[in-house]
Amino acid sequence: MQKSANGQAQTEAHGHRPEGLRRWLTTTNHKDIGTLYLWFSFTMFIVGGIMALIIRAELFQPGLQLIEPERYNQIVTLHGLIMVFGAIMPAFVGFANWMIPLQIGASDMAFGRLNNWSFWLLIPASLLLVTSLFVPGGAAGVGWTLYPPLSIQMGMGMDLAIFSVHILGISSILGSINIITTVLNLRAPGMTMLKMPMFAWTWLITAFLIIAVMPVFAGAVTMLLTDRHFGTSFFSAAGGGDPVLYQHVFWFFGHPEVYIVILPGFGIISHVIPAFSRKPLFGYTSMVYATASIAILSFFVWGHHMFTSGMPVAGQIFYMYATMLIAVPTGVKVFNWTATMWRGALTFETPMLFAIGFIFLFVMGGFSGLVLAMTAVDVQMHNTYYVVAHFHYTMVAGALFSAFAAVYYWLPKWTGHMYSEMLGKVHFWLTMIFFNMTFFVQHFLGLAGMPRRIPDYALQFADFNAISSIGAFGLGLSQLLFLYIVITCIKGGPKAEAKPWDGAEGLEWEVASPAPYHTWETQPVIK
Amino acid sequence: MSTAPRPINRRTFIKLAMFSMLMFGFGYALVPLYSVFCRVTGLNQVGQDANPVNTQVDFQRVVDIEFDSNVHDMPWKVSAVQTHMAVHPGEISQAEFEVVNTRNEVVTGQAIPSYAPPEAAQYFRKLSCFCFNKQTLAAGQKLRLPVVFVVDPSLPKEIGTITLSYTFFNVEGNIRAQSVATPDRS
Repeated sequence: MQKSANGQAQTEAHGHRPEGLRRWLTTTNHKDIGTLYLWFSFTMFIVGGIMALIIRAELFQPGLQLIEPERYNQIVTLHGLIMVFGAIMPAFVGFANWMIPLQIGASDMAFGRLNNWSFWLLIPASLLLVTSLFVPGGAAGVGWTLYPPLSIQMGMGMDLAIFSVHILGISSILGSINIITTVLNLRAPGMTMLKMPMFAWTWLITAFLIIAVMPVFAGAVTMLLTDRHFGTSFFSAAGGGDPVLYQHVFWFFGHPEVYIVILPGFGIISHVIPAFSRKPLFGYTSMVYATASIAILSFFVWGHHMFTSGMPVAGQIFYMYATMLIAVPTGVKVFNWTATMWRGALTFETPMLFAIGFIFLFVMGGFSGLVLAMTAVDVQMHNTYYVVAHFHYTMVAGALFSAFAAVYYWLPKWTGHMYSEMLGKVHFWLTMIFFNMTFFVQHFLGLAGMPRRIPDYALQFADFNAISSIGAFGLGLSQLLFLYIVITCIKGGPKAEAKPWDGAEGLEWEVASPAPYHTWETQPVIK
Repeated sequence: MSTAPRPINRRTFIKLAMFSMLMFGFGYALVPLYSVFCRVTGLNQVGQDANPVNTQVDFQRVVDIEFDSNVHDMPWKVSAVQTHMAVHPGEISQAEFEVVNTRNEVVTGQAIPSYAPPEAAQYFRKLSCFCFNKQTLAAGQKLRLPVVFVVDPSLPKEIGTITLSYTFFNVEGNIRAQSVATPDRS
């Protein structure tokens, strides 16, 4: 029972809700929680983005100008952790909360209270990470992978990072259990597994990946913690432990993790491309199987992050071919998206632009990944800016572009207003141009041998770094335009119809825009 | 939707929660699994003594090494402990020479090697040799000096015997040589 502002006793079941702060603190409504997730994610995106700009400002010129090398290491570490765990993953959980119940005809997520907890756990976790910058010794400066022996020797900032990872892990495990239960148990009558929307499918597989590998990461950082304070020697070589063991345990988590941050994006693209091609998705079943194949293969390729850590030739060859094998299901997906567009009635609204930009840039990131998969090449490129360019093509142009596509695609459903198409397109082109300006030149830097995670560099790298830094500032400032577009769309704008995109398919377009607080209280029947 | 979760959801929750607990345990299980895997396959030898195996030995071939020694204007008696050895090319072997200072005062000398046939010299690799340094013997001192060597497997087929001969020279009184030489460690 909740008290509303006018003092009248009401229950949530009657369609009313507490107002003000208590609404957001105690909400169990999937749309409220989705909104919270998305705003949290955007806030962390800005925090992590400011860190990226500090990094790029330091790298604008050779030499040390702005920050101490120790501080640089801390900011690089936090940038990675915040962008992966604070920005990308919560963004996709936000989309899942908002859209999966709407898409499968469920009235809410399976566990409302749990859903509330999953979100509010993120706040202390992110505060631990950000405030660790101000404790004695500063934040963890070991890189987001937290490799020992350095992570065993660092100051208390490392402990805060470990606790933060624990809480983030619990949050995403609870969120994933909720999503799996919702997708498995709450689908509308008649919606068989192979009639499910692709976004629900990719999230179901992602959620299974999360509950399989997040606990392993939690275990790895717990071992780090006991090595640091409780005298165990899992990784501490001084006590007979093996630092390379940490790398194996970490990447057993870490490689599936990089698919965790991209698979929901694949799902979003599989909705946006058919909507603006006005054709059903080409090869739906093969999309499902390709997603599952990518997820399963992701457990057998972790060694490709460790080619230079000391690995027998047999292991290197195994991981090399297993990694290359992932290109097959990914290729199936890219083929299907392209085939969906083939002879479609294409229009290029902002979501479609981001979706095509995603395909174009993600394929480039995929190809540089294939280059790095080759052991003989990787030994040369390991820990150079080529790797940095590669994973920003997959994570920024992959995960972030698909998140932008999702926001523009579903924003009319959330707010009931159309956003400014003109400004949306400007946002796309600014993002596209500055993204490539930032990261494309980093391929050249890496090939020329510039190492990553170092605040200074040799003079011959100066020109490309200056270009990259200017691009980064342009990319960062362009996102303020995105914020402006979203806020103006929330405040007003042309009224959005229930189905603002004429080619869009799915149950989410059968509810009104903006989506009422409670939807699908009687489940639709799928024939 | 403040009602308690439906029983089917509760069952799914318990299954999934148990699965993630299991995976937390699996993270720990990776530690012994990793050691077992490395031991069974012999992949990771961290922390173990290195036992280098010389794979370059040519067991099909035997080369006879003869040892000879003499002194040049020195009060030392030098003799090879063993007059000859049969070695395989690639095999690491050690030979010793015995030197005696017959004079009643400290004498410093250095040995210079020579080979017969002379073309064998480039295939005879000394890893450690008393001839690398000056040797100083106290009055009447007797000393055994080792030489560790390996015969290169690419030694031409027609060479079946190598003679290693050392000649000792007196370096005492040579002030310049002493001033640049490294400290003696006899």
